[in-house]
Amino acid sequence: CPENEMIRVIRSARTQGEERGVIQRECAAIRAQFRQADSGGRSHNLAKLLYVHMLGYPAHFGQMECVRMIASPRYSEKRIGYLGAMMLLDEKQDASLLITNSIKNDLSHSSQYIQSLALCTLACMGSAEMCRDLAPEIERLLKASNSYIKKKAALCAVHIVRKIPELGELFTPSAHSLLSDKNHGVLHGAVVLITELCERNPGNLDEFRKAVPELVQIMKGLVTSGYSPEHNVAGISDPFLQVRVLRLLRILGRNNDEASDAMNDLLAQVATNTDSSKTAGSAVLYETVLTIMDIKSESGLRVLAVNILGRFLLNNDRNIRYISMTSLQKIVQTDHTAVQRHRGTIVDCLKDQDASVKRRALELSLALVSAANIRSMMKELLRFLSTCPPELRSHATSGIFNAAERYAPSQRWHIDTILHVLITAGGDVRDETVPNLIQLISVASELHCYTVHKLYRALISDISQQSLVQVACWCIGEYGDLLLKGDCDEIEPMQVTEDDVLDVLETILQSHMSSPTSRGFALTAIMKLSTRITNNIDRIRSVVSIYGSCIDVELQQRAVEYNALFKKYDHMRYLIIFDEDSDIHQSGICSLARTESTHAQEHTTFLRFKNTS
Amino acid sequence: MMRFLLLFSRQGKIRLQKWFLPLGEREKKKIIRDMTTMVLARKPRTCNFLHWKDLKIVYKRYASLYFCCGLEEEDNELLALEVLHRYVELLDKYFGNVCELDIIFNFEKAYFILDEFLMGGEVQETSKQSIAKSIEASDMLQETMEEYMSKPAF
Repeated sequence: CPENEMIRVIRSARTQGEERGVIQRECAAIRAQFRQADSGGRSHNLAKLLYVHMLGYPAHFGQMECVRMIASPRYSEKRIGYLGAMMLLDEKQDASLLITNSIKNDLSHSSQYIQSLALCTLACMGSAEMCRDLAPEIERLLKASNSYIKKKAALCAVHIVRKIPELGELFTPSAHSLLSDKNHGVLHGAVVLITELCERNPGNLDEFRKAVPELVQIMKGLVTSGYSPEHNVAGISDPFLQVRVLRLLRILGRNNDEASDAMNDLLAQVATNTDSSKTAGSAVLYETVLTIMDIKSESGLRVLAVNILGRFLLNNDRNIRYISMTSLQKIVQTDHTAVQRHRGTIVDCLKDQDASVKRRALELSLALVSAANIRSMMKELLRFLSTCPPELRSHATSGIFNAAERYAPSQRWHIDTILHVLITAGGDVRDETVPNLIQLISVASELHCYTVHKLYRALISDISQQSLVQVACWCIGEYGDLLLKGDCDEIEPMQVTEDDVLDVLETILQSHMSSPTSRGFALTAIMKLSTRITNNIDRIRSVVSIYGSCIDVELQQRAVEYNALFKKYDHMRYLIIFDEDSDIHQSGICSLARTESTHAQEHTTFLRFKNTS
Repeated sequence: MMRFLLLFSRQGKIRLQKWFLPLGEREKKKIIRDMTTMVLARKPRTCNFLHWKDLKIVYKRYASLYFCCGLEEEDNELLALEVLHRYVELLDKYFGNVCELDIIFNFEKAYFILDEFLMGGEVQETSKQSIAKSIEASDMLQETMEEYMSKPAF
């Protein structure tokens, strides 16, 4: 047929330009054909245009042709005309209104296949105006004797209710009676329609709760029926219908004890008897779990539901594992204890190959951390961190810090955890967490020596991880004296000279890997050391003055002010407070902990004098 | 409800697009671009579900074609996989060992079959036989009407 020829020609074009040329020629021919009155090739012409449209080329000049074709008495032309309308017209186009009359006529056509075209098109692109106009027709068809038409009318009604919720009133009586139909297509349509009516208008809930016993019967029939070849999918009888009924039951049972009671036994039955070895069964079980968790179910039923999710976690099919995790995430707050029982499996999923499963497992694991399991969970999380995919790393580090802060069993454990993360994943730690980490370190006074030693050693082997660099510089500036003393419990002693320390800080200042923030930290640390060391004041002074003409404006500003400290306020260097927020007072020098990365704030804190006592 | 159903090749060429919500041309093109980019970037042996804006995306590859649909929050993703599979079965029954080429050269048929299976973003008929019968009858109607209309009137 002619459109196949055109498709072949288009496909044989070797370049985009060649294709465009072919399309232009074909469209010109199509346009010419549209202008001619004659029939015969009309459907093929429109089909060609629709193909061209699908390739992404403009086809709006075909809109009126669709309108004409829809009005044709020939079924082949109507068929392609309606298809064209669904593809080229939407409610936003003016031309769409023009087909309202054809649709109206076709809705009462003697052939059900022509009625079907009209129903399908209305449900696909019917505007609010068209819906209002044709709603009574649809309501009439809902009561028609023919299942083929009824099922389509039901979904058309769904579309109408979506467009104009008030029209739901029109369909409410018929919707309920459709539930006694034996045809699965009609039943499915009825259930979808009732669902939509309830969602759009909660006032309908009471009315439709009366249908709960009927819905329960329908489900029972599906679950206990023998093999029905027409509706069977992998041993499940009509999973599509089952899922929709379960979803409707959820809406009806929500916040309502009576309705929830009436469906309790059924849900237990479905949950226990549905075979989940294939996707169809798992889909039904999944919907069952969602329903159980959302209605007022007995606690035994809830535990059953959570156990199903736990079983899903062990399923070979990763889709099912993923679904299980998203469901567990939804209920981890409300059913915390039940979900905790599956913690082991969830933690195992941190090792899953699938990145989406890993991500979910991380979310869930973090939600399951508690005072009781913090030590073992942190081991798993830190293990995860070392093999964590890059896109999850910063989220993982933030989660770990939060968990550590909430449940740290001891200060030492807390500091160790912080250090571990900084050292192994410092490049992924978010900048915003740095001030908080500094705060935590400064509070753990007995561990200052330990902390500064560990950070210094990490620093000398790697200055590329910015958060590590920043925290380490801050510690060196604050606790440099402890570092220089050399010994510390629990760490192998290491001789560190003033030159060593200044070397590493200067390296950071000069390295192209260092961010402006990090360089600021390094410069400030050098400055602070001027009060803690004795032999290298001149070296410090010269570094500071060099940076007074640094290209980086921030650094330059800082250096100039530090310079001023040396020159004009030397005697007060000991008393300068760099931090405007913190109340921390230590022997002379206080901490610089920037609470945000805007340097503007920093400038205002400089040279503000406070007395320390 | 399903918001859209797309069929596209490994090269990102669209073979079928069904939209169940009114959208402008530009929006449609953007969605197609985003879907093809996201789905084609997926590594093998990853799950068939994605998140995109406020939608759940479910996709499955069948030979050289990706079947991709956008669902709302309340929709059941596992069931959507069954929906996609059912559509493939319907196409296969109709064309006999369906392949991408069949969809390319008979795209209207692919739409007609889809329109007997889904409507307004919802499943319309759950019986394979019933749909096959309707398509057969419609095709028959088309043929007989053609014959009838082309017979000369005396």
